[in-house]
Parts: sequence; C-alpha cells; structure tokens
Amino acid sequence: MEIAELSDLLVWAAATALAVAMIAFAVDLGRRTDERVGARATAEARATVGAGSSDTSAPAAEASGPGPDGAVEARRRAAGIAMSTTWLGTAMLLVAIVLRGLAAGRTPWANMYEFTMVGSFIALVVFLVLNLRRDVRFLGAFVTGLVTLFLVLGLNAFHVAATGVQPALQNYWLVLHVGVAITATGIFTVSFVVSALQLLRDSRDAGSPFLTRPGFRWLDRTPGPTALESMSFRLNAVGFVLWTFTLIGGAIWAEDAWGRYWGWDPKEVWTFVIWVVYAAYLHARTTRGWSGRRAAWFVVVGYACVLFNFTGVNLIFNGKHSYSGIS
Amino acid sequence: MSERSYRPEGIADEFTQGTRGGESEAGATPSGGPSSATRQAPRTGWRGMLRWTWRQLTSMRVALLLLMLLAVAAVPGSILPQRSQDPAAVVEYLGENPATGEWLDRFGFFEVFSSPWFSAIYLLLFVSLVGCIVPRTVAHARAVRNRPPRTPARFERFPARATGTTSATPREVTDAVAEHLRGRMRWLPTFRVDAGSEEARGARGKIPARPAAATVAAERGYLRETGNLLFHLALLGLIVAVGVGQLLHYRGQAIITEGRGFANAVVDYDTFESGSWFQPESLVPFSMTLDSFTSEFATDTVAFAQSRDFTADVTVTEPDGSSSAETIKVNHPLVIDGSKVYLQGNGYAPDITVHDGEGAVAFAGRVPFLPEDQVYTSRGVVKVPDVSPGLEQVGLIGYFLPTAVIEPDGSARSVFPLPEDPLLVLEVYRGDLGLDDGVPQNVYRLDTANLTPSVDADGERVKLLLEPGDTVDLPDGLGTVSLAEEVPRFVALDLRHDPSLAWVLAFSLAALVGLTGSLFLPRRRVWVRSWTHDGVTHVEVAGLARGDDVGLQPQVDRTLAAVPGLDADHADADGDPDVGPDAAPTHNPERG
Ligand code: HEM
Repeated sequence: MEIAELSDLLVWAAATALAVAMIAFAVDLGRRTDERVGARATAEARATVGAGSSDTSAPAAEASGPGPDGAVEARRRAAGIAMSTTWLGTAMLLVAIVLRGLAAGRTPWANMYEFTMVGSFIALVVFLVLNLRRDVRFLGAFVTGLVTLFLVLGLNAFHVAATGVQPALQNYWLVLHVGVAITATGIFTVSFVVSALQLLRDSRDAGSPFLTRPGFRWLDRTPGPTALESMSFRLNAVGFVLWTFTLIGGAIWAEDAWGRYWGWDPKEVWTFVIWVVYAAYLHARTTRGWSGRRAAWFVVVGYACVLFNFTGVNLIFNGKHSYSGIS
Repeated sequence: MSERSYRPEGIADEFTQGTRGGESEAGATPSGGPSSATRQAPRTGWRGMLRWTWRQLTSMRVALLLLMLLAVAAVPGSILPQRSQDPAAVVEYLGENPATGEWLDRFGFFEVFSSPWFSAIYLLLFVSLVGCIVPRTVAHARAVRNRPPRTPARFERFPARATGTTSATPREVTDAVAEHLRGRMRWLPTFRVDAGSEEARGARGKIPARPAAATVAAERGYLRETGNLLFHLALLGLIVAVGVGQLLHYRGQAIITEGRGFANAVVDYDTFESGSWFQPESLVPFSMTLDSFTSEFATDTVAFAQSRDFTADVTVTEPDGSSSAETIKVNHPLVIDGSKVYLQGNGYAPDITVHDGEGAVAFAGRVPFLPEDQVYTSRGVVKVPDVSPGLEQVGLIGYFLPTAVIEPDGSARSVFPLPEDPLLVLEVYRGDLGLDDGVPQNVYRLDTANLTPSVDADGERVKLLLEPGDTVDLPDGLGTVSLAEEVPRFVALDLRHDPSLAWVLAFSLAALVGLTGSLFLPRRRVWVRSWTHDGVTHVEVAGLARGDDVGLQPQVDRTLAAVPGLDADHADADGDPDVGPDAAPTHNPERG
C-alpha cells in the first residue's frame, strides 16, 4: 500500500474512534445529569432561600457542579472510554498527518484537505491539554463531534492526492503562516464550543422555556456561564494573537510572493473581517452592557466567519488563495 | 487598579478596578442586559454639544460599533468584483446587471476599500482611537510612578490567600518576600514593592486585635497597560505608514525576452503607476538584462504539468557601470537600490518574420504569446502594417503550443508546458489594421471587425502550422511567414518601490508585541503581613487580580513559599473556592 493511502485510512480510523468518543462523552454527560438532578434541586432550594432572586441561583448551582463525591467518579466509565478513544483518535490523526507529509515530500498543510486534517488535530490537542489542567470533559462530546464531522467532510469533499506544491507555496512561510493560521483555527473551534455552551447555559439559567426542558438537563453539568466565559476568553486571547500573527505573516509572504503586502484579495478581506470581529469581541467584553452574553455572540459570529473564510472563500471566490487543489 | 487612570466612557467597571474581590461582585452574572450607563443628554450650547459628541465618539460603545461596522463594510469587497483587482470583471458585472450595477457603482461598491463610506468608518475609528489613547497615555504615564496601594486591614475578602508560620522574624520575612517579588532582574522588577509596618491595635468591629506587624504591598502589571497603549498607538502608526507609502510608491511592469533588457525609467515600462507624491527623478537608472529563464513542471501522473520552479537569471547594471549576475524566483524578488523586482509571469515569445508579397521584410521580431492554461496554450497576435506600398496590411492571430499533438480531426492542442514539440498555429487576416488612426491599441489583441479572413476552397479558415525553422506561404499571395529555430522565453517583471515598507512592518510587529503584553501580562497585587505572637511568626498573604486570572493563587502560594524557615505543617493555601463564582473549576479533584 502507498504511504498516502495509509494516511487516508488512518484518517478514516481516527474519525471512527472520535465518533465512538463522541457517543461515549454524550452518554457520560447524560448519565451524570441524572445523578445531578438531585444536587441541582437542593442547590436551587438553597439559593432561593438565600436571596430569592434568580440572579444568585446561577453561582450557587455552579458551586455545586463539580462537587467532590467519589461515588459519581467511580461510575464515570463512559468518560474513561471517551477519553481513551479521543487520545487514540488524536494519535492516529497525528500519524496520518506525518505520513501525508512524507508522501507529499513537504509540510502537510498546503491544501484544504490537509488544513482540515491538521486543524482538527489542533482542536483535539487543545481539548486534551486543557483537560490535563482541569476537568473539561463536558466539552468532549462537542469537540469530538465537530472534529468527526470535519474529518468526514474533508475526506469526502476536499480530498486531493498527496503531491508537491507550486512555486508560490514553496517557502518557509507555508510552515509559519499557514501553520499558525491552522493552530488559531483549532483554538477558535474549542472556544466556539465553550461560548456556545455559555450561551445555552446562560439561557437555561435565565429560565428560557425551551432550554429548561428536561432534555437539556445535561447543561447543568457544565460550569456556569461566568466560568465558561473566562475559559472562552483565555482561548480567544491566544487565538487572537495567533490570528494577528497570521495576518502579519500573510502580508509579509504576499509582499514576497505577489509583489504587494496587502491587496484586498477575498481571503485577505475575510482574514481582516475575522480579525476585526475578534477585536470587537475583546472590546465588547470590556464595554459596559456588552460583556457576557453579547460578547459571546461575537465568538459565535467570529467562528462562523472563520469557517466561511475556509470553505466559502476558497470555493466560491476566485482569488489568489485558490490553493484548495479542488477544481 | 487604575482608579486614577483615564477611563474611556462606557468601559465596564471590572476592567478598570481590581475586582473579583468577593463580596459584591460574586453575583456578577454575564447578562446582556440593557446598558446601565446613563447617557447624559447633550448640554445646551454648541460647546456642550461639541463636548458631548466628543465624549460619545471616544466612548467604548462607539469604538465597538465602529469596529462592527468596519467588519460588515469590508464584506461586499470580497463578494463584488473590485476595480483595483479585476477591472474586466467589473465591466462584465455591469454588463450583466445594468440596473443594480449602476446603483452599486454610484455608491462605490466596486471600489469598496477606497469608497467614502469605508474610509469614513475607519477614519472615525481612528479619530476615536486618538481621542481615547491620548488621555490614557497621559494617565498611564502618571500612574507608572504610583506606589502600590497600602496593605488593607482585612485579607478575608480577597480571592486568593495563604497563611503560614515561621521561626524567622517579621523583618526577615519582609525582606525575603520583597526580594522574591521583585524578581531577579534589578532593572525590571516583576513587582513594585513597598515594605511597611503597622502599630499594634485593638479589635475594631469585625477586625480582631493584632500585634504590631510588618507589611509588604506589591503590584505588578504596569506593562500590561503599556502593552495595550503600544498596541493601539502602533495601529495608528500603521495606518499612517500605509498612507505615506501609497503616496510615494511606484510600480512598473515590463515584459522582456531572453537576451534583451530594460532600463529603470518610466518610458521603458509597459505599464507604470505611482502615488501622487512620486517624483520621476527618484527612479534609480539601473538596467537589467534577462540572460535566461528556466521552468520546471511536475511529470508525475498526480500533478502532471503543475509548475514546480521558475528561475530568471538576469544581469543588473548599476548607474556607476558595475554589473552583477542575479536570479529572480517566485517568492524571492530581487532587491535593487531599494526597489523590488518580482517575477510575475512567463511564457514564449516566438521569433517571427513576415515577408510581404513583394518579398520585402514586413515584420521581424519576437512576439510574446500569453499563456492561457496550465499547459501553456498561448495566444498572441502579429500585426504587420509595414508592407510594401500598395499591398494590404496583414494580421496574424494564433496559438503557440509548446508540446503539440495533432488530433485525428486535424486540430492541435498542447499537452505539456515545456517546448518539447512546439507548434505555431496561425490564422491570417488582411485589410486595414487601423494602426494609423492614432487610437492606442492593445498589442495582444487584433480587432478583426474590418479585416478579411483568409479561407480555403471549402470556405474554412486557413490555418497555418509552423514548426521551428519552417517557412510557409501566406494564402492569397500575401507573402510568407517563418518561425525561427530558437523559441525565446519571456518574463513579466514587476518592479515596485515603497519606501514605507520598513515602517509598516515595524508598526505591525509593535502591535503584535503590545497585544501579547496586554493580553497575557498579569496585573496583580499581593500583600503580606507578618507578626510575632507567642514566639511564632505568623504570615498571611493575599492576592488580587484584574479580571480573571488563573495564576493568582499560585502566585500567592509562591510568595508564601519564599518565606524563610516556613513551618511546613502550617503552610496552608486557603484560597476559598466559594468566594468567586469561577473559583471552583480551577482545582478540580474529579479530573480523569
Ligand atoms: C482600530 C481600532 C481598534 C482596534 C483594532 C482595537 C483593538 C483592541 C484589542 C485587540 C484590545 C484587546 C487588548 C485587551 O483586551 O487587553 C483592545 C483593548 C482596548 N481598547 Fe481597543 N481597539 C481599537 C480602538 C479602540 C478605541 C477607539 C478605543 C477607545 C474608545 C479603545 C479602547 C480600548 C481599551 C480601553 C482597551 C482595554 C480593555 C481592557 O482593559 O482590557 N480601542 N483594543
């Protein structure tokens, strides 16, 4: 078998492992929910007695969230399976990326398929590394779910054979500019999940009729909106700095490759739009009346722009960045 | 932490004061509720009005609004064709959508990034930025000299705390802790530290009695605001540098063939464009010759005929007469006297000679044929106006095929970009080429409207096929055309000079550095109090950060650990997880 084919097979295997992980994470989230219902009821009772305002019930419920009881811990088998399959899937993806690089004889991130592969890998790594520092397994179902989706989409829609690249791409900036852009995208993927959860959780806490249904009880397993917001911010801060570097690095590269550092090419326009949206997010966080929920919406919009920049701009617009290899 | 610093209108309180202090903020839930800021109505009189407008313009809310507008306004620039990039696409769009196109054009939608509305947004944003950044810089310059705030009486309300006991004296504790907090770099202390002392005092309200104590008050994070200011100022610098570059730059394009050259003078370029402050004297008069051009293409089946390398070998002659051999590649422009020369395109320029019906040489020269696809199917025209008196002018249109195959139906196509089996296919026209009217013509196009094509007996267009070295007769007794043995290559060079480049880069990097500092440098205060009771020295440490800061408790713990002779059993980090709503997930006992 050719190395390139082996790489593709490994991506399929990784997608399968991650699909299993997603199911296991979901099971874990669902089970723990049942065990938590009691806890939440008491917490709410306490909060109501304490202040009587819905405002204070949120932190109270939060504080009781990751409570220290070993009984529950012992029963989190599904979470264990989920974590091991996630590690497995991530490792297989890594090997697939390395093999792809060997098959093509260059840095393995030069077209859409490879970008999808590496970006997914980064998102998984961000999740796994975060989880080493604190328990973020509640993110697992969403991160592995998104990544599975991306990988299957990549294999089916973006796949191209492994080969060399045209002269404009033969440059160390391919490693730096594109590598950093992919890393930022991976981080934005996770921060998007966190902010989306923040919005859902916040609505549930605020008594949204839809989200207070029993089907959304798993939301009580997540940290409260404030904790989610600060987690998302920390990720976005890193992502934003990397994105700023992507922008500057891209301009330096364009200066050498295309003879101008900035030309409002569609890809440049969207990279700029994304940058401005995340800058607006950072401002919104610090603007009275805009922090919290509204700021979180910027993350959602920003991530939508990131996805569009990757898919729409590559496939619809005819710019200088038409390197997808898909014709 | 910047109680005395300038606060833009509308900035949320958490970001100007150290909070998460416990009590009151504990319930700070993120809700996008209506703005609590009371918008002052404009005061009467034009000065009041002016001041009110200025306050609004430099407020966080307006900055946010302008940022959002900027993002939205940029989008049409990616959807609609833009004149600056692809004027032909704009013409095509206008042809297809005459009604909407006209309106879009009227509002500058085909030149979004130089349209009045786009410019207005970013100019307002930058006015707002100046209005915001200048007072902040002044306030920060003052704040940089501030001493850390006094040690508070009670530590219980702080989110991060640690206590311990030691055999060292309070004095020794203070010295050791102060040294630890300042850090190793004398010239750039991590913390600004003040050591002090407190008198013994009796119980007061909820505060219990305490013996005389030594205190340390420390603060770090001045660089965070410095970074933020640097970032915003660098953005201002960036836009100024880009603007100046626009005014001073020039750019010229020239097509040259192997063995030929050009001089750096406005007249020598095929196209030339410059900013309004450009002076033609600023062109350094060097000259350049293209010695050879080579290209490589993939031959594997997967990426067959994809380009792999382009190299132009040139000789540059400086005004002082010295010359040097250089190479230009894609991604590796040649820098000469502060200008950059880029390899933007390449192709074949077949050497064609036309003899007219009387046998005189009517045309001889290299004609660049522009590649139209990956296998260099290249299109070009030969205009032959200089025929002997009384003869009709001749125009040739055709394709150059570097590696040609002839299909069974007689048509020819190219299968590979390198000249392995070149073929020139020409159609012949005769009549008035219209070159004497004085109307400028595109050298790559032949207007055939008033010309007569040559046809064969079946009424089909005559197609002449020439391999290198061939000479064939033109139909209708128009003469002959020959293709030379050698097929020279041509390169399209793009020369650009922009004196602001270094500034643009410097400001971008300054912005990146400032941003990194402003996002990741922690802003913290740490206080330490130590006193002796029953022969044991008690130490308590408290920490406060601006915004959320996962590193606060570790910082407090490290500070306590710096106490000499610390009694291990009593060292106890009691950062209370119940204090802030966020505290819990930081140390999680459940992680897997
Ligand atoms: C070109 C327009 C602007 C851009 C791209 C921009 C970008 C940014 C970014 C990325 C940050 C994040 C740094 C951080 O969170 O610490 C920031 C912070 C900040 N910006 Fe801007 N900004 C712009 C204009 C303005 C204007 C007009 C104002 C004044 C009204 C302003 C006031 C601030 C303030 C006060 C902060 C600090 C918030 C904090 O304490 O964290 N900015 N800006």
